[in-house]
Amino acid sequence: MSALTFSLKRRVDQRVDMSPLVCQKLTGLDPSDIGALELHNGKAKVRVDSLFDISGSDTQKIVIKNSYEKLDFIGKELETGEISVIGDAGAYLGLGMKSGLIRISGNTGLFTACEMKKGLIEIDGNTGDFLGGALPGNKMGMKGGTVLVKGNAGDRVGDHMRRGNILIEGNAGDYCGSRMTAGTIAVMGQTGKHVGYAMRRGTLLLWNGPQVPANFNDCGAHTLAFLPLLFKSFKTLNSAFSEPAAMFNRVRRYAGDMSEMGRGEILVKI
Amino acid sequence: MIINGVTIDQTFAEAFPMKATRAIITAQNEKWAMISAQAMTGFATSVIACGCEAGIERVLDASETPDGRPGVSVMIFAMGGKGLAKQLETRAGQCVLTSPTSALFAGIDGGTRIALGKNLRYFGDGFQVSKLISGKRYWRIPVMDGEFLTEATTGQVDAVGGGNFLVLAESQPQALAACEAAIEEMRKIPNVIMPFPGGVVRSGSKVGSKYKSLGASTNDAFCPTLKGMTKTDLSPEIESVMEIVIDGLTKEDIDKAMRVGIQAVCDLGAENGIKRISAGNYGGKLGPFHFHLQEIMA
Repeated sequence: MSALTFSLKRRVDQRVDMSPLVCQKLTGLDPSDIGALELHNGKAKVRVDSLFDISGSDTQKIVIKNSYEKLDFIGKELETGEISVIGDAGAYLGLGMKSGLIRISGNTGLFTACEMKKGLIEIDGNTGDFLGGALPGNKMGMKGGTVLVKGNAGDRVGDHMRRGNILIEGNAGDYCGSRMTAGTIAVMGQTGKHVGYAMRRGTLLLWNGPQVPANFNDCGAHTLAFLPLLFKSFKTLNSAFSEPAAMFNRVRRYAGDMSEMGRGEILVKI
Repeated sequence: MIINGVTIDQTFAEAFPMKATRAIITAQNEKWAMISAQAMTGFATSVIACGCEAGIERVLDASETPDGRPGVSVMIFAMGGKGLAKQLETRAGQCVLTSPTSALFAGIDGGTRIALGKNLRYFGDGFQVSKLISGKRYWRIPVMDGEFLTEATTGQVDAVGGGNFLVLAESQPQALAACEAAIEEMRKIPNVIMPFPGGVVRSGSKVGSKYKSLGASTNDAFCPTLKGMTKTDLSPEIESVMEIVIDGLTKEDIDKAMRVGIQAVCDLGAENGIKRISAGNYGGKLGPFHFHLQEIMA
């Protein structure tokens, strides 16, 4: 069985809600049934086959071709299977994802991996603000799983993050790890201003020294035993994080945010 | 059955069901991992008085441990899950948490999960940090030499305790030399421990006692100095008897250990004063697992 492939016929002006096109919702449906499903396109509803050419039949492997930044909610609450996106993706990619794998060859928009629970998201390009964050008004962001960004991330990475790993090979914007409750954010590039703002627990693992905020306290240089285990868990990823050269266990530890619980940490590679 | 002049009695060792767990202790080097492991498995020879039976299974190469440091694998056996959990926690807290540079990991992935470092974390007094890595929860407990890293839980499985055999020799040095040879070979078998000091028991016991407060007492039938006083099981030339007790994850593991152990004893043979191999047999009342010596050596 070849992958169920949706090739976008034309770029529409209004945003498209792609949430019906996830593996668990398409299981058992024929391509003709899938073509007849309706997607929200702005205020209107349009048939899937009016937007996409459909080929293949394996609903556990979905490919979205010619994708661009107005296709929102790709992989929303994905429970099983794989989705590959050729091109860019819009906002809310992998929103509330429960398991499985999403790969994007391009960039993604706001709120990528927002409130994600489990699984793996790999982004070859850049991603927008609130990566792994919580929906506005909610207090729990990403709760598990791993997000790998090979490019750069926007502001507020891991806002209200509760558990899981966010791995960024490039740079992260301002307020990285803001209001974080737990979990790990690793950034190989540079970070912006106000890292760990209002962070309660969790770990920011940085390759480059940040502008350490005043409400983080320097705890000195340390060799931490959990870091080799953490890096070992990245070994299967197709990423710079899995390379032996990326591994280290010697860090400078800053504890904070002291205006919150102060049990979070910024670990900077020495 | 006679092997190299050594008579293998037509009898069986009786063993009973236990609960078991395994923990991996790592440290900066093998010396400190071993120090911690020896402390953790100290005073754990018999469930009768120690609450558990524990021993060092083997030394682990750095490539075999979760954190890539040298390590030691220890196993703990107890009569029930509650007792096992209690002993594990007490020993981990007193002997691994306190030991310089140590880290503690689960040695069994399956089975029922019991606390390893889950409750030790409170030693961190609120400064402890949790990390969930590859589905396993770890605790980072700040201690004076840095951080004590421990996995939260380990697996508890059904196991077998009390496998044994007796070495009957013409003299005490000969009995001990044979047991030492047996232990050296048996330590190469995975999934088993020989919990007594050096793996050898000089005080084999029978069930019951003339004293009401005791559940077990000296095995007078095998005490050489009582040959003329009791219903002895010893021939006149036997001057010393020693026992090797084996706990294992499965009956098959104990079978293997007994086979290599008895073979090592028999290799010394009658010319080194080894006369008989027998076993602790309590008429089938002690436990459901029976290890028939002649079947094992067949």
